[in-house]
Amino acid sequence: MTNPYVPILVMMGVAGVMALGGVAASAIIGPKRYNRAKLEAYECGIQPTPHAVGGGRFPIKYYLVAMTFIIFDIEVVFLYPWAVNFTELAMFGLVAMMGFLFLITVPFVYEWRRGGFEWE
Amino acid sequence: MTSSIATHLPAAVAFSTASVPAEGLLSLAWLLVALPLAGAATLLLVGRRADAWGHWLGVLASAASFLVGFAMFIALLGRPADDRIVNLHLFDWIPAGNLNVEAGLQIDPLSLTFVLLVTFVGTLIHIYSVAYMEHDVDRRRFFAYLNLFVAAMLVLVLADSYLLLFVGWEGVGLVSYLLIGFWFQSTANAVAAKKAFIANRIGDLGLLIALMLMFATYGAVDFTTVLGGVDGVSQGTLTAIGLMLLLAACGKSAQFPLQSWLGDAMAGPTPVSALIHAATMVTAGVYLIVRSGPIFDGAPDAQLVVVIVGAITLIFGAIIGCAKDDIKKALAASTMSQIGYMILAAGLGPIGYALAIFHLVTHGFFKAGLFLGAGSVMHGMGDQVNMRQFGALRTYMKATYITFAFGWLAILGVPPFSGFWSKDKIIEAAFVGEGWRPWVFGTVALLGAGLTAFYMSRVFFMTFFGAKRWNDGHKTRPGTALSKQPVQHPHESPRLMVWPMIVLAIGSAALGGLLSIGNVFQTWLEPVTGHVEEHEPVLAVWLIMTLTLALVAAGLWLAYVQYAKAPVPVVVPVGSVLTRAARKDLYQDDVNDALLVEPGKYLTRSLVYGDRQVVDGAVGGLGHIMVRLGEVVRRSQTGYVRSYAAMMTVGLVALVAVVLATRI
Amino acid sequence: MTGGFTAPQIDWAQLAPIIIVLGAGVVGVLVEAFVPRGVRRNVQLALTLLASAGALIAVAALWSGVRETGGTSVVGGSILLDGPALVIQGVVAALTLIALLVVADRTETGESAFAPAAAAVPGSDYEQLARRAGLEQTEVFPLIMFAAGGMMIFPAAGDLLTMFVALEVLSLPLYLLSGLARRRRLLSQEAAMKYFLLGAFASAFFLFGVGLLYGFAGSVRLDAIAEATTTVVGLDPLMLAGVAMLLVGLLFKIGAVPFHSWTPDVYQGAPTPITGFMAACTKAAAFGALLRVVYVVVPSIVWDLRPALWAVVILTMAVGTLVALVQTDVKRILAYSAIAHTGFILTGVVALTSSGITSVLFYVLAYGAASIGIFAIVTLVREVGPDGVVLGEATHLSQWTGLGRSNPWLAVTFSLFLLSFAGIPLTAGFIAKFTAFSAAVEGGATPLAIAGAVASAIAVFFYVRIIVLMFFTDAPRAGDRTGAEVTVVKSEGLTTVAIALTALLTVLLGVFPSPVLDLMAQAAKFIP
Repeated sequence: MTNPYVPILVMMGVAGVMALGGVAASAIIGPKRYNRAKLEAYECGIQPTPHAVGGGRFPIKYYLVAMTFIIFDIEVVFLYPWAVNFTELAMFGLVAMMGFLFLITVPFVYEWRRGGFEWE
Repeated sequence: MTSSIATHLPAAVAFSTASVPAEGLLSLAWLLVALPLAGAATLLLVGRRADAWGHWLGVLASAASFLVGFAMFIALLGRPADDRIVNLHLFDWIPAGNLNVEAGLQIDPLSLTFVLLVTFVGTLIHIYSVAYMEHDVDRRRFFAYLNLFVAAMLVLVLADSYLLLFVGWEGVGLVSYLLIGFWFQSTANAVAAKKAFIANRIGDLGLLIALMLMFATYGAVDFTTVLGGVDGVSQGTLTAIGLMLLLAACGKSAQFPLQSWLGDAMAGPTPVSALIHAATMVTAGVYLIVRSGPIFDGAPDAQLVVVIVGAITLIFGAIIGCAKDDIKKALAASTMSQIGYMILAAGLGPIGYALAIFHLVTHGFFKAGLFLGAGSVMHGMGDQVNMRQFGALRTYMKATYITFAFGWLAILGVPPFSGFWSKDKIIEAAFVGEGWRPWVFGTVALLGAGLTAFYMSRVFFMTFFGAKRWNDGHKTRPGTALSKQPVQHPHESPRLMVWPMIVLAIGSAALGGLLSIGNVFQTWLEPVTGHVEEHEPVLAVWLIMTLTLALVAAGLWLAYVQYAKAPVPVVVPVGSVLTRAARKDLYQDDVNDALLVEPGKYLTRSLVYGDRQVVDGAVGGLGHIMVRLGEVVRRSQTGYVRSYAAMMTVGLVALVAVVLATRI
Repeated sequence: MTGGFTAPQIDWAQLAPIIIVLGAGVVGVLVEAFVPRGVRRNVQLALTLLASAGALIAVAALWSGVRETGGTSVVGGSILLDGPALVIQGVVAALTLIALLVVADRTETGESAFAPAAAAVPGSDYEQLARRAGLEQTEVFPLIMFAAGGMMIFPAAGDLLTMFVALEVLSLPLYLLSGLARRRRLLSQEAAMKYFLLGAFASAFFLFGVGLLYGFAGSVRLDAIAEATTTVVGLDPLMLAGVAMLLVGLLFKIGAVPFHSWTPDVYQGAPTPITGFMAACTKAAAFGALLRVVYVVVPSIVWDLRPALWAVVILTMAVGTLVALVQTDVKRILAYSAIAHTGFILTGVVALTSSGITSVLFYVLAYGAASIGIFAIVTLVREVGPDGVVLGEATHLSQWTGLGRSNPWLAVTFSLFLLSFAGIPLTAGFIAKFTAFSAAVEGGATPLAIAGAVASAIAVFFYVRIIVLMFFTDAPRAGDRTGAEVTVVKSEGLTTVAIALTALLTVLLGVFPSPVLDLMAQAAKFIP
């Protein structure tokens, strides 16, 4: 029994039991009392509507904000370690980072020019 | 003369595979292919503007190719006999790893024989078609296809490797497909075209597999390496290659069990039947087997199968020929049967190679002549093909009658016509050997001769003799079945059609005898087919010949009594069981149906609307099984992304499991 | 971290083809941002055409160097610019160039194949408005450039992470492009969604495989993994499972069975010019990457993978061929034919000989050219509404009947491509199949070659069926048709050029393949 994978196997088994067991246990022993609120779809606290508002259109701003956030989020993920190691990375790091920043800016410019930030 | 007819024993066969590079005139051999190809390209590209003169360009291209071929022939004759295999390197075609295929031509007595046959008969048929297709709006396109066919056929016979041969092989298949379907306005033609294509594909598959086996064995596919290197190869491998080559030959040459397409292929214009389905393309299978001689010599089992296939087809075709009322279909059945003779001869080994080619050449002449004659009759009879509606035409079409008679005598093997010299030798060769084989195959060949005499005389008498069975407009009693037929005014065909027939008739009469003087033809082919010593058949030669002639006479007499003396009913009589079977191609289509089609029939309904018009029951049967399989697999394509993902997961698990399983 | 940082030496010239194409993509986005709408399309078209031509020239310029040295390792081994990688880059650049012509063509109707405003809900007023205003989604061009850039990195990736990034760079634009069809938008969007979901699924497998292999070899570099397969002992299950999962990710991209299920739906739903682009270029790039993985990593464990790979090859050929027999939609037939061809190309991959590499390189070029050409023709055959307005493509087989007589040139060219797919001699398809099968025979995979020959013999049936429909079947009378009336629209010229170029390639590669084959044989060597 020197196989190094035995613990992993055991862990996978335990994980499986936990995952399935939890669902099964709650299904079996949990009390089932339904009411209207519980049966409704959960939509971030917004009142569910049968159709999207405005004749099939729904505001896309939310996604724009989210995606713009992701752009800058990723930018920060790279910027932070670069800043920490700035001296060591030296010129190469600077040039690479500037290139990265430029590429990040291009879609931002696109979004801006296409009116993505005009908040009616 | 006859008594000196050589029957040979395979002695130490010295296949000459050493070749020399082409020089001088012979290095122009590429012109043979280039000329008709250029003709076809011009006709197709110039388009309608060439309608007025296009057909003459086609004739010219074919004739020029013949002249080049003839010059090659003279040049080759001027060389010593063992120096007559010449290679012309064209370009490096497929350099891929260990396989290096060069495109090159091999000019040797065998390929040149074919070149001369194809271009000479081809040119005559071109000329004939000028008049025959005169009223067709698409005559130019027809000539383009004819030229294309000549080019492809020449590639086939001139190739110096099996791969280039395959190019020509596919090429002729494709063009014949275009030509059968030339009058595509009729659905039947389209069906026939497709059937021919698919039957050919099954054969092509054989050639492809043979190619791969060769490559796996020799690492090369050129004739020199493959045929020269048979010594070091196991008999099992050679048998496999041989059988695959035979499958290819069966598809192309309409041999049992892939013969059913030839009759339907008669739907194309008659000159096409004459050129492709009588003289040249269908004989490509014989060429393939003779060319691959050394492989078959090393594989006696495969050779035996070749002989058996030849023998079966020989009888099969003859029986079908006895019952067909359609003049072209009767001739098609006869072609099948005659090629059966050639395949049989080719299967006899070195003793038969030259004979097979000899019969192929004489057959090319007389069968082309017969088809052109049939075309001439149809031309004069308003495209009628039913022989029960002919009769007594000899007085109306003198030239057609006489030329047809020459072809008829030749195919019967009446001395001194061509067929006698070639067929008789095959029958004698079939009687050579030991054990049961000479008796069985000899007898079959002998019987075939009698049957041939019967059905060909039947065609001849029904068409040209007996009473008129067509409506001539005034003497027919009104109210009879006959008077409902369209009125016919039989007339001789224009000169452009008659002259080619006369030339072919002369060939049918004299060619066999001329080429037999001093065995000149066999000697000519010897560099390729090898020299063989004479050997006596199990029966005396004079006895075989007498028996043959007696059977021929009997067949002829029987046909005369039945179809020239006695009145021929216009309405098809019920006939015996055998007759009815023969009319239906011995139920070949039904056999295919029962085996392949019925199980998959409900699926054909699910086929596309458009395809319903072109679906054919017979050879497509194999396709239907595949279609059925496809239906089953298609059900997995549900359109739900979840099931796709599930399929991928299952696939992944299976893949990982299989990979890991190798370590357990 | 111990040790100082040393900046990698980057030989920018070696990266020229990739940089040109990706740079054109970036510039394209800026063009979208700043150039006025009226001239945007022309600027984009010129830019992308120039970029792909430039990439092609750059590939040609790099060629002699690669031939002499056998290839160089760039960016610290992340990119390996060797023969096969360079050839695939050239193929992708050339085929992208031709595909762009088809993408850009608006035909005589003045409408491109793409939705006027992709964000508009199908059938909404806004969509109508956008259509009437003649809007165009010219973002298509930079998207294609990004995809092409990913495709050029994919076969050149020297480590698995670069390969993964390239995979995503080429995939994401394609997911988007698939959903941009002007007609049948819901079908198109559904296809894009499916492609995205399944693609993400496959990427996950790929990443999981990368993880397992990293666990096994302690590196994601292909050469290190290859070395580890012979030196590391006791971790074989990890390695085998890792390689298998890696292969699943790649087999998904080329559309091998059982990872093919997205192919028919996406090929049918995507805008037809994009289908052609995907069929040609994605396949070339993915086969390039697959070749590298198989030829660099697998050789020492070939016996373990052989049964599985053989099974995949045979299944792929069989499923592609058989299901194509029962299809009634031209685009779906071509999709299944693409699956069958994947199987044929795979025979060259599993041959594991240098002629196998040559055959795959040649095959993707031959197949890609014919694919772009054939889908380009599909874009021209349209339905006509009752009021005479030209609608979307007529893809039902019954609508193609009699096309040979009404449009002989179109039908003849279409037949040429079909014959090439069928592997009839004197077309590129024949040489491609022949080299692939003979490589398989040489590599000891004769059963695969024979299965391939049988499959291609069956496949002829459905290729010829289309030819028969076009030439030998009468066009049905009005009312008999399943769909609307059919017409063939005139192209603006660009599509015609693309069709002519691909047809020419198909014939030339069939008759005189030797210069190209020679070149590819010289290139058929991977650097580790």
